[in-house]
Formats: sequence, structure tokens, C-alpha cells
Amino acid sequence: MSDVLLLSRFQFAITVFYHFLFVPLTIGLVILVAFMETQYVRTKNPLYRQMADFWGKLFTINFVLGVVTGITMEFQFGTNWSEYSKYMGDIFGSPLAIEALAAFFLESTFMGIWLFGKDKISPKLRAFSMWMVALGTNISALWIITANGFMQNPVGYVLRNGRVELENFWALVTNPYAWHMFVHTVVSCYIVGSFFVMAVSAYHLLRKQHVEFFQKSFKYALIFGLVAATATPFIGHKSASFAAKMQPAKGAALEAVWETQEGLPFHIIQIPDPENERNLVEFLTIPKLGSYFYTHSFDGKVTGFDQIPKDERPNVTIVFYSFRLMVALGLYFLAVVWYGFYLYRKNKLLESKRYLKLVMYSVLLPYIAINAGWTVAEVGRQPWTVYGLMRTAEAVSPISLSQIIFSLVSLVIFYTILLIADVYLMIKYAKKGPYASSDVKGGEVQHVS
Amino acid sequence: MSHETLAIIWFGLWGLIWTVYFILDGYTLGTGMLFPFITKNRQERNQLQEAVGPFWGGNEVWLITAGGATFAAFPTTYANMFSYLYTPMMLILFALFFRAAGLEFMHKEESPRWQNSWKWSFFGSSVALSFLFGVTFANLYYGLKIGPSGYEGTLLSLLHPYGILGGLLFISLFIVSGSLWIMIKTTGDVADRAYRIARPASVVAAGILAIFFVATSNRTPLFTNFTKLPVLWIIPALAFVASLLTLLFVWQKRIGLAFTNICLTIFSMMATGFIGMFPNMLPSRIADKYSTTLFEAAGSELNLKIMLGVAIVMVPIVIGYQLWSYKLFKEKISKETAKGYQ
Ligand code: HDD
Ligand code: HEM
Ligand code: HEM
Repeated sequence: MSDVLLLSRFQFAITVFYHFLFVPLTIGLVILVAFMETQYVRTKNPLYRQMADFWGKLFTINFVLGVVTGITMEFQFGTNWSEYSKYMGDIFGSPLAIEALAAFFLESTFMGIWLFGKDKISPKLRAFSMWMVALGTNISALWIITANGFMQNPVGYVLRNGRVELENFWALVTNPYAWHMFVHTVVSCYIVGSFFVMAVSAYHLLRKQHVEFFQKSFKYALIFGLVAATATPFIGHKSASFAAKMQPAKGAALEAVWETQEGLPFHIIQIPDPENERNLVEFLTIPKLGSYFYTHSFDGKVTGFDQIPKDERPNVTIVFYSFRLMVALGLYFLAVVWYGFYLYRKNKLLESKRYLKLVMYSVLLPYIAINAGWTVAEVGRQPWTVYGLMRTAEAVSPISLSQIIFSLVSLVIFYTILLIADVYLMIKYAKKGPYASSDVKGGEVQHVS
Repeated sequence: MSHETLAIIWFGLWGLIWTVYFILDGYTLGTGMLFPFITKNRQERNQLQEAVGPFWGGNEVWLITAGGATFAAFPTTYANMFSYLYTPMMLILFALFFRAAGLEFMHKEESPRWQNSWKWSFFGSSVALSFLFGVTFANLYYGLKIGPSGYEGTLLSLLHPYGILGGLLFISLFIVSGSLWIMIKTTGDVADRAYRIARPASVVAAGILAIFFVATSNRTPLFTNFTKLPVLWIIPALAFVASLLTLLFVWQKRIGLAFTNICLTIFSMMATGFIGMFPNMLPSRIADKYSTTLFEAAGSELNLKIMLGVAIVMVPIVIGYQLWSYKLFKEKISKETAKGYQ
């Protein structure tokens, strides 16, 4: 592989992961903030306004970097994947343009209104603005995933004039692959948002600060998380069986299936050995469950790598372990939220220090899961950039090595500076709690028993 | 509508989106360039932050839309423009990072070192953005070193005198725009200081614009289209007249009119460029056959049609709520009440 290609892939992966450090919290948290605003409109209880202000502030700090890292993504298809852009632009460009027109304007404009109008506009308008931001973020996810969905499962196109041209726009926007991805991604973003709010709340509850405030925040996040985390295994399973149908190589990599077979077993512990095209370890085996996962039938036939040419296989190790990690975390989140729900119902949440600590330290796990998911989807698609149509190696720009080194090094440095500043601010404001520092003392005094 | 007509319409829209972006972001970039010099304390910085805060994010999306529209309607232009101009594009990107973070992070921490670093990063990136965009567009007017195997120049080959002049032109226009915007949005000392800058700046801007047009006619093929169809001369003439009117109104302290005219200047200056380039989108300086024309670059007919439909529906909606947000925040911001980004 040429160095420019390798480094371009590095750069793409690094920048997109950075973007997706901020995006999920934006998509998840905004719903909770909008909900708090709505509660304020309904009840006029000032607690809700304080909640919206506090969580809204953390939201805005995160949002800036979502915007900043997003612009890189928008430019990068032209700067680094120009051959891809020429070949694919007729289909790929329009979702991106529509995303800007239908979503980014909405998000950014109403974000500005909420941020600077907070103390001037009516509670109704505040709530409306946040819902518009929420709508914008979700629409943006839809359109960008429509673009990505085409790369996973090209539909509605013809090959003409040496490139991919649009033939059926309706097919593009109803691409079932994209809708699977959209639902799964957005719902997992809700997990990120809910765990974030629970973790910050747990931090304060452990210190018995602003108890009413954070108990309420915890409750809403918990309910939100309960819905999202419960739905995720089902949605994820749906994604898996559908992906395996459309991209057999990705499907085989998910469970490292080397031989095509009926009644595929499922191994709870499994270590693939791609070199020798076998599994080194298969342990705790449940017969036929694998087939059920793939095909909804215990005797269903599952395609293995024996039917897939070597040069059309993705990196099995990466896909396999990322997939396992995501699923394991998904089950873990499920356990955490249901146990939390149990404690909550029993009114034992505040005493359960161990549980609150667990939640607090789990704050990064949904981020790991969500990026593991993208790794499965994207690495599993390799060696294709556009499945079945274009290989990644053909997509790269004819730029020089010095250019890509310059951009890669600078991006890493600048992103790291920004990330440090951002995390620093997040932690600072999360710890500070809902009131100005002078009130915090008063708040604490109240609760010291 | 034929494919060709559609492509031409999209060329017009393409130019329009870039133009709207420069008009709108121009005042934020200008505010950024003036920021450290006309504010003396936290309250005044808050004032300026609040003058641009509610709008700049939405304005920047016009740039993203310009990128997206280039990609959707002219994929080949998008691919060539961004990869030929790889390094300047990256520099623009980095400047965009630090402008956003500078503006929004500046007052989130009390330490003077923190505040100073972000203040200067807001300033520096605003200067860099204005200059880089100016250089880039001047080079599009001038023609790029595009040969049979693609772009043959380097970053330095963009920095010829005409390119640098373009950079200075953008800087000067945006400083005028920014200083007038500050006067419109704020009261008190900052507004007075902005006025002291607006006066000389409007003279300099009109001067550079005149030099730029002379250089354009001597150094570039941009005015060929105008000699072919002489009525078009109205557009560059308008740019020049509007820049003089800006000057006049600044001197008369009729700030609303002055701001309108600087916007008009930017508009007709950009329009002049796009009309001159037509039908090229990336003109080659080496030989015309290496240029990327809008016809070669255009997307398929169906795609252009759908995108046109989307634009016709969405753009008025966007303009609608953006105008509404300007109305919502129409009050002047005083030192006493300004909160800025907290
Ligand atoms: C699932 C969701 C999702 C995914 C996969 C992506 N994005 Fe994103 N993007 C968002 C969800 C999002 C968002 C939630 O809408 C953001 C994050 C914070 C924000 O302001 O909007 C955003 C911001 C954002 C911005 C700045 C918008 C603004 O100024 O308001 C741009 C230009 C992009 N993105 C472009 C991209 C591109 C080209 C991607 C493909 C590689 C991409 N995003 C992946
Ligand atoms: C934000 C979530 C995403 C993540 C974390 C992600 C991650 C990745 C990774 C890790 C690769 C490299 C695979 C490899 O080289 O082995 C890749 C490739 C690619 N992805 Fe994504 N991706 C995301 C979303 C998208 C979206 C939404 C698009 C398009 C709209 C996209 C377009 C591409 C392209 C063009 C490549 C090929 C270039 C390459 O192989 O490096 N990705 N992605
Ligand atoms: C619990 C069981 C889960 C299963 C069975 C599952 C299954 C899958 C599969 C098979 C893919 C690849 C689909 C494709 O390539 O098209 C995927 C992708 C993904 N997963 Fe999961 N997942 C689970 C949990 C989670 C969790 C907990 C998160 C995050 C919090 C998550 C986030 C993602 C994301 C963001 C993607 C990329 C987008 C997509 O392809 O849908 N998943 N998941």
C-alpha cells in the first residue's frame, strides 16, 4: 500500500473518531435538555430551569468541538479522497448538501438563540429552540448516514460517464441499510447522553451535593437510558443479521466463521486465528445459536470465509473483537440501567455508593462501544470504500507525501490541544454544579447532616 | 430544462452561496481582527462576543453549504479544488478550529493566560481566514498552475503579488464590515473605537479595491467576459461605487447605509469574479484545455434537478429563521448588560 494511501486512511480514521467523540453526546444530551425545558414550561418549577442551564452549558462546550471537527470531515472528501469524490460525488454530495441545508442551519441558528436568548426569551421559546436543535442533530445524523449507507449498500445508481450517477433518489433515501444504521446509531447516542448525565449526577450524589437537583437529573437520564439500552440489543441484532445478508464478508468476520455451515454454534469465548483460517480457542459453546443470530433459524446456513476470496476479506481480528466489545458493553449497559431502576424503585439509590461509583466510572464506556460499532461497520466493509464498486486504494487523492504528513501531524496536534481544553472545561463545569460558586457553599451547608 | 441550463443555474447558485458566506462571515471575521485592539476589559469583550455570538455559527454554515453544494452539483470541481489547494484548505480548516474555540472558550476560565491565549487565537485565526480566502479566490481569478497531470504548483506559487493583493483586499473589506457591525450592535467606548477604525479602513478598502481591479485587468483574463458583453461592466462598477459610498456614509456617520454598502461591495466584487471565471470553475493558467469548466464538472441532470428543488424549498426557510434571529437580537448591547460567552 502506498504511504499516501496509508496515511490518508490514518488521517480519516483519526479525524472521524475525534468527530464521533463529540457527536454522540450532542445527539443524546440535547433531548434531555429539551425535555427539561419543556418540564419548566409545564410546571414553572425553577429547578427545571436550573437543570436546563446546567446541562445546557455542558452541552454547548461539547457542541463547539462537534462543529469544529465536523468541518474537517466535510472538507476531507475533497482534500484526501478526490478520486472517490469524482467517482461518487453525484450521489454522495447531495446528502451532504441537504444535511447542511436541512440540519446544520437549524442546529446552529437555534443554538445561538438558546445560548444568547436564555435570559430574554420566554420559556416556551427556550424549549422550542432546544427542540429545534434536537431536530437538527437527528436530521443531520439521518443524512450523513444516508451517505454512508450508500457506501455500505449502493442503491439507486447507474454507472455512466465513468462514474456513479444518481438514477433513483427515492431508493437512495429509503435505503434499508442506511435506516438500520440510523436507528442503531441514534439510539446508541442516547445511551451516551444518558450515561453522561447519570455519571455526573452520581459524582454529586456521592458527595451529597444538590441532592434534589441531581436526583431528578439522574432519574430522567435513567429512564432515557432504560429505553435506549433495552432497545439496543434488538436493534443491534437486526443490524447484524441484515449486514451479514448484504455483506457476507462482514458477516463472516462478526463471529469469525471460517467454514460455511448450517446450525452454526455460538462460542462465548472464541479466539480467531486468521493466519490459519480457524479459531484457536472455542469455549463455552452453545450449539446452533450462531445460526439463529444470523438467520433467525437454528439450522440456517451461514456463509463462511471459505466462500470469500482472500482479497475481499476485511481484517477479521479488528472486526471480530470490536464487535465482541460492543456487544459485551451493550449487555453491560443493560444490566446497569435495570439495576439502577431497581434501586430507584426501592428508594435505595442514594445509599448505594458502590452503584453510584460504578455509574460514575462507566462514563466513557458508551463512547468506546459506539466507536467500536463504527469500526465494525467501516473496517468490516474493507477492502471496499463503496461496497462492490470501489476499492479504498482507488479512492485516494494524488497528493504528495509531504502534504499528508503536514496535515496529519497538524491535525493531531491541534485536535489534541482542543480536546484537552474541552475535557478540562467539561470537568470543571461538571464539578462546579448548578449554582454560581458562592451559592454552592450554601447548597452544601443545607445538605450536611 | 436542459442539463446545460441546470448546470448554469447551479453555477450561479454556487457563486451566490459563497458570496452570502463572505458577506455574513465578513463581519465576524472583521470583529475578530479588531477584537484585541478595541476592547479594554472583560465587559467590552463580552459586548463584542455578544455582537456576533448568536449569529456566527449559523453564518459559518453557509461555508459548509458552499462546500456541500460544490460537492453535490460539481463533484469534479470539489475534488480538484480541495486536492489542488490542499495546503491552503488545511490552513483554513485549522483557522476555523481556533476561531470557534477562541470565541467560545475565552471566558470559560478566569486565568489571564487562558483568556489571552484564546483572545489571540480568535484574532489570529480571523486574520488568517480572511487572508487565505482572499488569496484562494484571487488565484481562481488569476488561474492555477494546472497542467496535464493536475496541479503543478506549490503553496508558495499561490503567493504571487496578485494573490497577496487578494488577501489584503479581503482583510480590508472585512475590517470595514466588522467595525460597522460593532457600531450597529453596541454602544459606548467600543462603538466609538470601532468608528475611529472604520474611517481610515474604508479609505484603505476602497483604495485596495481600485488597485485590485486595475491589477485584475492587467494580470488576469478575468475581464474578457466583460468585454464580450459590455453591460456586465455594471457589476464591477457597482463594486467600486459601493466602496466609495461606504466611505462617504462612514464619514457622514450614517452607519446603517455604510454597512449596506460594504455588503454590496463584497457582493458585487464576488459577482465580478464569478462572472469573469464563467464557464471555468478552476481556470488553468498554463492552457485553457486544462481548466475545469462547469459543464465538465456538473453532476447528472437528475441530481441537479433534485438539488435545485431542495434549494428552492430549504433556502427560503433558512433565510426566514435566520432573519427572525437577527430580529430577536436587534437590541444594542451595552457594557453594563453584556454577558458574552460565559
Ligand atoms: C450520527 C451522526 C453523525 C455522523 C456519522 C457524522 N456527523 Fe457530523 N455532525 C453531527 C452528526 C454526525 C451532529 C450531531 O449534527 C454535529 C455534531 C455537533 C454539531 O454541532 O453537529 C455534527 C457536526 C458536523 C459539521 C458542522 C456543522 C455545523 O457547523 O453546525 C459538519 C460540517 C459535519 N458534521 C460533517 C460530517 C461529515 C462530512 C461526516 C462524515 C464523515 C460526519 N459529519 C459524520
Ligand atoms: C462517525 C462515525 C464513523 C466512524 C467512527 C468511521 C470510521 C472509519 C474508519 C475507522 C475507517 C477506516 C477503515 C480502514 O481503513 O480500515 C473508515 C473508512 C471510511 N469511512 Fe468511515 N466512519 C464513520 C462514519 C463515516 C461516514 C458517515 C462516512 C461517509 C459519509 C464515512 C466514510 C468513510 C470513507 C470514505 C472511508 C474510506 C477511507 C478509509 O478507508 O480510510 N465514514 N471510517
Ligand atoms: C448489544 C448488542 C449490539 C449488537 C448485536 C450490535 C450490532 C452491531 C452490528 C452488527 C454493527 C455493524 C452493522 C453494519 O456494519 O452495518 C453495529 C454497528 C454499530 N454499533 Fe452496535 N451492536 C450492539 C450494541 C451497541 C452499543 C451498546 C452501541 C453504542 C453505545 C453500538 C453502536 C454502534 C454504532 C455507532 C455502529 C455503527 C453504525 C451502524 O453500522 O449501525 N452498538 N452494531
